[in-house]
Amino acid sequence: MRHLVIRRVIQTLLIMLTVSALLFAVFDSDQFRKKIAVAELGNFGAATLSDSDYQAWIVSKGLDQSFPARYVTWLNHVVHGDLGVSIEKDVAVSTLLKESLSSTAVLAFYVFLIMIPVSLMLGVLAGMKEGSILDRVISVIAVFTTSIPQIATAALLTVVLALGLRWVPTKSAMIDGFSFRELLLPLLTILIYEIGYLVRMTRSAMADVMSSQYIRTALLKGLPYRQVVLKHALRNALVVPVTLILLELTGLLSQVVVVEVFFQYHGFGRMLFDAANFGDIQVIQAATLVAVCVAVASQLLSDIAYVLLNPRLRVA
Amino acid sequence: MSVTFRSRSDDTPILECRNLSVTYSGRRGDVPAVVDFNLTLMRGEAHGLVGESGCGKSTIALAIMRYLGVSGRITGGQILFQGRDLLSLDAAELRQVRGADIAMIYQEPMASLNPSLTIGEQLIEVPMCHEAVSRREATKRARAMLERVRLADGDRMMRSYPHQLSGGQQQRIVIAMALLSHPKLLLLDEPTTALDVTVEAGIVDLIRDISAEFGTSMLYISHNLGLVRETCDRMTVMYCGQPVEVGRVQSVFSRMRHPYTRGLFAAIPSLGADKNTRPLTAIAGQLPAPGERPAGCAFGPRCASFVAGRCDQGTIPLAKVDALTGHVSRCVRVDEIDWLAEPPPREQRSTDVLSESVVSVSALTKRYQQVSANDGLSFEVNRGETVALVGESGCGKSTFARILMGLVQATSGSVTLSRVELSQLPVTKRSMKTIRSLQMIFQNPFDTLNPSHTIGAQIARVIRRLGIERDEARIRARVLELLDLVKLPRQFADRRPRQLSGGQKQRVGIARAFAGKPAVVVADEPVSALDVSVQAAITELLIDMQRREGTTLLFISHDLSVVRYLADRVVVMYLGQIMEQGRTQEVFAPPYHPYTEALLAAVPVADQNMLKRKVLLGGEMPSASQPPPGCRFSTRCSYRISGVCDVLAPPNQEFASGHRIACHLPREHLLAMQPVFREASQKTDYVS
Amino acid sequence: MNALIQQTREHRRSWMTPAQLIGALLLIVWVPLMAYVMFHQALGIAAPYVLLPSVPAVLALYVMAIYHWRESWVAVLGVTLVCFWLLVAVTVPYLPLLDPNKPLVPLALPGALKHGMSFMLGSDMRGRDVLSRTLWGCQRVLVWGITATSVAYVVGVGLGLIGGYLSGWWDEAVTFVGNVLLSFPVMVLFILVLNVLGQSGFNIIIAVTFSSAPIIMRIVRGLAMQEKSRDYIQAAQTRGESALWIMVMELLPNIRGPLIVDACLRLGYTTVAITTLTFLGLGLQPPDPDWGLMIKEAAPVALLWKYSYMLLVPSLAVTSLILGFNLTADGLREMSQRD
Repeated sequence: MRHLVIRRVIQTLLIMLTVSALLFAVFDSDQFRKKIAVAELGNFGAATLSDSDYQAWIVSKGLDQSFPARYVTWLNHVVHGDLGVSIEKDVAVSTLLKESLSSTAVLAFYVFLIMIPVSLMLGVLAGMKEGSILDRVISVIAVFTTSIPQIATAALLTVVLALGLRWVPTKSAMIDGFSFRELLLPLLTILIYEIGYLVRMTRSAMADVMSSQYIRTALLKGLPYRQVVLKHALRNALVVPVTLILLELTGLLSQVVVVEVFFQYHGFGRMLFDAANFGDIQVIQAATLVAVCVAVASQLLSDIAYVLLNPRLRVA
Repeated sequence: MSVTFRSRSDDTPILECRNLSVTYSGRRGDVPAVVDFNLTLMRGEAHGLVGESGCGKSTIALAIMRYLGVSGRITGGQILFQGRDLLSLDAAELRQVRGADIAMIYQEPMASLNPSLTIGEQLIEVPMCHEAVSRREATKRARAMLERVRLADGDRMMRSYPHQLSGGQQQRIVIAMALLSHPKLLLLDEPTTALDVTVEAGIVDLIRDISAEFGTSMLYISHNLGLVRETCDRMTVMYCGQPVEVGRVQSVFSRMRHPYTRGLFAAIPSLGADKNTRPLTAIAGQLPAPGERPAGCAFGPRCASFVAGRCDQGTIPLAKVDALTGHVSRCVRVDEIDWLAEPPPREQRSTDVLSESVVSVSALTKRYQQVSANDGLSFEVNRGETVALVGESGCGKSTFARILMGLVQATSGSVTLSRVELSQLPVTKRSMKTIRSLQMIFQNPFDTLNPSHTIGAQIARVIRRLGIERDEARIRARVLELLDLVKLPRQFADRRPRQLSGGQKQRVGIARAFAGKPAVVVADEPVSALDVSVQAAITELLIDMQRREGTTLLFISHDLSVVRYLADRVVVMYLGQIMEQGRTQEVFAPPYHPYTEALLAAVPVADQNMLKRKVLLGGEMPSASQPPPGCRFSTRCSYRISGVCDVLAPPNQEFASGHRIACHLPREHLLAMQPVFREASQKTDYVS
Repeated sequence: MNALIQQTREHRRSWMTPAQLIGALLLIVWVPLMAYVMFHQALGIAAPYVLLPSVPAVLALYVMAIYHWRESWVAVLGVTLVCFWLLVAVTVPYLPLLDPNKPLVPLALPGALKHGMSFMLGSDMRGRDVLSRTLWGCQRVLVWGITATSVAYVVGVGLGLIGGYLSGWWDEAVTFVGNVLLSFPVMVLFILVLNVLGQSGFNIIIAVTFSSAPIIMRIVRGLAMQEKSRDYIQAAQTRGESALWIMVMELLPNIRGPLIVDACLRLGYTTVAITTLTFLGLGLQPPDPDWGLMIKEAAPVALLWKYSYMLLVPSLAVTSLILGFNLTADGLREMSQRD
């Protein structure tokens, strides 16, 4: 088991190094450098930047070094939390990131808080008796909710809950501080898809387990059905959903882009989107790096959870 | 008929099935799986249920447990357990019966144990659930039961997870779990089919003792006639969901009165006979597809004694053969057929083996990281000869085949084909001549053909690839010719594998192997996945093809009866090493290697006239990554000489020319060994 | 022997297997549609006619699909939805619709009849007909979606077969590249790719390939490793077949079942991705009608209950298409498990 985990940690480190090198290489090109130079030197555009000014800037920034040297310098900065300065807002990127990530974390917290119990319960109920009416109802609804793209969910929810019923505001900018009512629409938009997806996965894992031979053994031992489900089935059926829940941390980073933009919620996704539209390179680079870190960490966690939950891997 | 008020006395059968019928409903309508099944099982009695796959024998066990899934249902009849109708029980009563009164043992022990609960946890819940005892008490009982199923180191077992145990240990756990509630009836569904033969012998021995010790009644389901003969008192032979012959085991074996029973018996090789003395006879035709039962006698279309107008009319009743023992047979012609008639003698098949070596193996060794899969193999294969590589799983016989075929490369040593060194030569680097002269037949009929291509296209590809024919029409003609040779209809060329039965697929596999007129064919367990009656046909076909083409056959098998039947020479392997090799008659008679002796004694014998000496192996097969020092068999050998066998590698002792035994035992000791088998008339201290 | 040869010569092969027929029909649908949407200018005067052969091909495919999958109503429903949009995509130039890009009457409510023009589903804030825009909008999504998914599949299947069958260093390399790409959250990867390479349809294909191919690669790799241990692969190896032959001719046909199911799901994901990107203003550029664009343009305007149709119509359209893909996948999986 230790061997497996160590192997995965090393792989993760390798991936992080590769990704950071890739990101650095992409944003190290002249095209992007000039943009930063223009911003820092206070010029109005790449066209007005004189060549000598640009060269002087490059030397002053130490960018005339060899690529590996520049990469190491950059990496050193990154590790010490220096992610550059936003061109658009003229603030340290790390400050921006801190604010936006904490807003997104609030959203993510509520997503997981509701998603985990609801989807696991519904999935287990559906998978327990494959083909039962409950199973069919849950499955059909789940297919439906996973088929609605989030822009459509967001639009439909706005129409119904905000425009029709007027229960919640249409936007979630939270100008007057945090308000749970404003959080509701983005939260629901994410939940509708996520719960559907997890329910489907849990259901199929549960259905597989329930048709396995060891469940037959347990039933034919004369154990009560409740005990068979709770003790014999769940332990095996929840392995996959648990690892998937951890992986959903990555999925969430994608989904918040759409949801936050639609509802004007000031989180990580919104920040990335604004940066992309403005061409705020330092922010894009830093945000991508952070996103990859979170994603890789969630993959690592999910792999470790899989090993821990699986006696075959845990006890060799 | 009312059973509700019947008194429960000792003559009430433990289990009684009356006209039981089970039907599965599928997409293609209802398919009857069991029709009109009757069974009476008394206290302490063991009843065998024999038949080939699809005959409904497992369905009966599940019906008794009332566990038929969503598609199966009992459409008629009664199942009485101690006079109580099981079909009328509600869920709570059913739970009481399941596990407490009736317990079941399954074919695949690994799959029937929960992978994420410890063995102890799975054992103790039985008494805790049925007898509401405390956890401590339940643990005590479970520990005690582990000893009774002869599992050493019980405390460690209790803490283990299923995957940490071997197949034999797992099955003992399942048996212990079944016995913990002291059931009155045990249902055993092919309990040893997934196990190696020496492990099987241990489990069978245990099962026999249990019935003696606990007085438990048993319903023993198996496809193996020999196993049923060794474990049961009475037996039922099933065909197409119906019992065709029922009676006491001795009575049925000595006086088979149904053509199907006789067919089954004639289709299995016996350890006492080879291909020249008693040729195998396969049952003609195929099992009818589910839902397509022939009218009248279901076996009619395949029966040699079939008479139109009588066998295919109405329902055939069970006719009495012997009123005293209750021996009955479902054959209308039971009184007319001459049951004593010997099958027509076959032409003598001569063996012309040339003493010219084709394949020569010397000191061949293969290591995968720490695992030594082959260790110093040395033997010769002569032209036209059939050499069998025998051993249990993990003995390295398949690794050797892979080295020979060039799928993996040896670590050291040499193997040559017609003096071409192959041990380091992957198949991609071999000349077309070498590839063409060395072909293989595979074990699993469901895996051997590519499901996406037609039969014709697959055989044609071999012909084209090996460069035997180039013209398209000639290729097609050769394909049809090969189909003729393996006795398949020519229309099969356009069919896809899923339209073929297992036996038919294996025939295509044989056609494919022989397409390029190879000098050597390696057959890796070619019949072990097939039903008994099909096995015989494929074995015979293999022998025919080999004779016709003068091919050398390297036959890899764990089945000693088949090996005895068709091999000229035998190589016995254990944990990657050769224990004994020699001509077949020499290996199957003393002097034996102790492992050969145990292996022979483990084979269930279906022959009433053969008596077998009991030799049981102790312990578990050691892991191939940590083979024991000295003789690799020393950890399980009952003749072990401490300080010698477990230290030094055994010497090869030569007896007859080419008969070599790798053993430390003194020559006199080996020579003085008693044969494992005797004719029934000769001696009495053999178990039957 | 000669008689045998004679006999086999008489044995006629049918001119096309069902699989080839389906492939041909798919090409007849997809190639003209792709040409029509991606290279409209280049087609010049031929443009109005290229879609004509696709119409019967879509119908033929639909009939074949519902006949073949009639046992699963889920699959039939899914195929019906997908084929409806396919049919719309190839017939929309010939339908009597208002010009989707021309400002006519702003904010006409659904069912309104103004200036002799009927706005069945209303018009948007710039006066364009919503019905017409919705129907035209499916072309872009379908064409770019199918093309991007196909490219991702070619790359993913190729790499997956190499990793799964050849194993060893090949596998390590392919898996590592896959893991690096998979460590980017999808939307982040899209934004990054489109920012670095610029915004265009072809770069969407690249972005979709970067995000989907590693997943397809993992699936194929897993299936290939499973399939590789089967005897028929060893049989091919022992007769000296090349690795390429084994991967393409022996292995690939036998893993197509799960791959087709996954392809249906992935078409759905790609549809989501493309509409989302246009919604974010990162993908295909206006003014041509597009569902994501319609939602984006309607979002700030439709803040009144009575104008909500502008959000509803394109949302339902895109949902129905994705639902079609997902139901097809579900039905196919259900049928494969039943056998």
